[in-house]
Amino acid sequence: MDKKRGILKKADEFLQIFKQGEEFTRNLLSENERLRFRIAELEEARTQDLNAAKIRHYEEHIRMLKDELESLKERFKRVETENRNFEQKYLLVAEENNNLANLYVASYQLHSTLDYEEVIKIVVEIIINLIGAERFAVMLMDERLEKLVPIASEGISTAAIAGVFPEDGIIGTVLKEGESYFSEEPLQEGSDDPASPSVCIPLKIKEHVIGVIAIYSFLVQKRSFSNVDYELFNLLAGHAATAIFSSRLYTRSEREFRTIQNFLELLKGKSKQ
Amino acid sequence: MPTILVVEDSPTMRQLISFAMRRIPGSRVIEATDGVDALKKLSSEKADIILADINMPVMDGLKLVSLVRGNSAYKDIPIIIITTEGAEEDRKKAMAMGADAYLPKPIQTQELIRLVTQQLSKR
Repeated sequence: MDKKRGILKKADEFLQIFKQGEEFTRNLLSENERLRFRIAELEEARTQDLNAAKIRHYEEHIRMLKDELESLKERFKRVETENRNFEQKYLLVAEENNNLANLYVASYQLHSTLDYEEVIKIVVEIIINLIGAERFAVMLMDERLEKLVPIASEGISTAAIAGVFPEDGIIGTVLKEGESYFSEEPLQEGSDDPASPSVCIPLKIKEHVIGVIAIYSFLVQKRSFSNVDYELFNLLAGHAATAIFSSRLYTRSEREFRTIQNFLELLKGKSKQ
Repeated sequence: MPTILVVEDSPTMRQLISFAMRRIPGSRVIEATDGVDALKKLSSEKADIILADINMPVMDGLKLVSLVRGNSAYKDIPIIIITTEGAEEDRKKAMAMGADAYLPKPIQTQELIRLVTQQLSKR
């Protein structure tokens, strides 16, 4: 009986120890679980820290790239503006160059000869081809007769121009004041009044007006005046006047020289007889 | 190196056009005073483009266009007409006869250079 009781007691004790062991194992498992969870938490936190650092790094990089992009955009805009300015300047220089070429050619041609007829032909060529006039007349003042004498015309009869007196209309004003006249009417309107052309340019040697170029209408394609047209008008006012005047003097003096020469030869011939 | 044949009876215009054409890099300019002179020049020199006026003595620009187009040796040379005749029917007539472009006077040099460069680049 005692032996049985002893066995039961030992069994109780073993059961007790077993229960304690079970409790301990459970606690151990729970602690293990907690620690594992903690490790996962720490690992996640570490990953998050790393990610945050990476994000910060990338954000910094993006900011730098954005700054760089902005600066490049700014530089691009500056270069673009500069290019546009250069392009505009280039176009202006090219236009100026063309204008100068026109003026050079016109002036070169005007002074390329002392033949009066040829000078007149060149003046007419310039008025048609470079200015684009359709109907016009070149008139010189005859100081002796005190009247205007047409020396060249295109698209308008000399009879109509011959009737213009130095004091008539716009031509009279231009002759008196020596300033160019440009009608405010559209170029295509033209004018049929010989004394009142659309454009009238004085032919001047210094301040002395020796005649006028009167333009009554322009070619259909000529819609407006450009800068070079006004330069050409100025050039004609001065250079055409001197070219016409000097060639006329030269032609006249050549003719007189030949007359005198012939006369002298005639005298020589008579004295030999 | 393009050779440009300028056919124009007016010395002023001839000089002006030649002056402008010499600004095309590497270009060489030959000049003729009318259609007959132009054909004579074409028989001795190879031209890459012809710039011709319409109103010229001896042989006008339109006759020159028809003769150039009718000649197998020159028929492919581009021709630009430069003239005071600015009406649409004049342009149509010149184009129908075989001109490649039509530029009324007074010419804008930049426009002429652009036209010539364009025609030369087509070849």
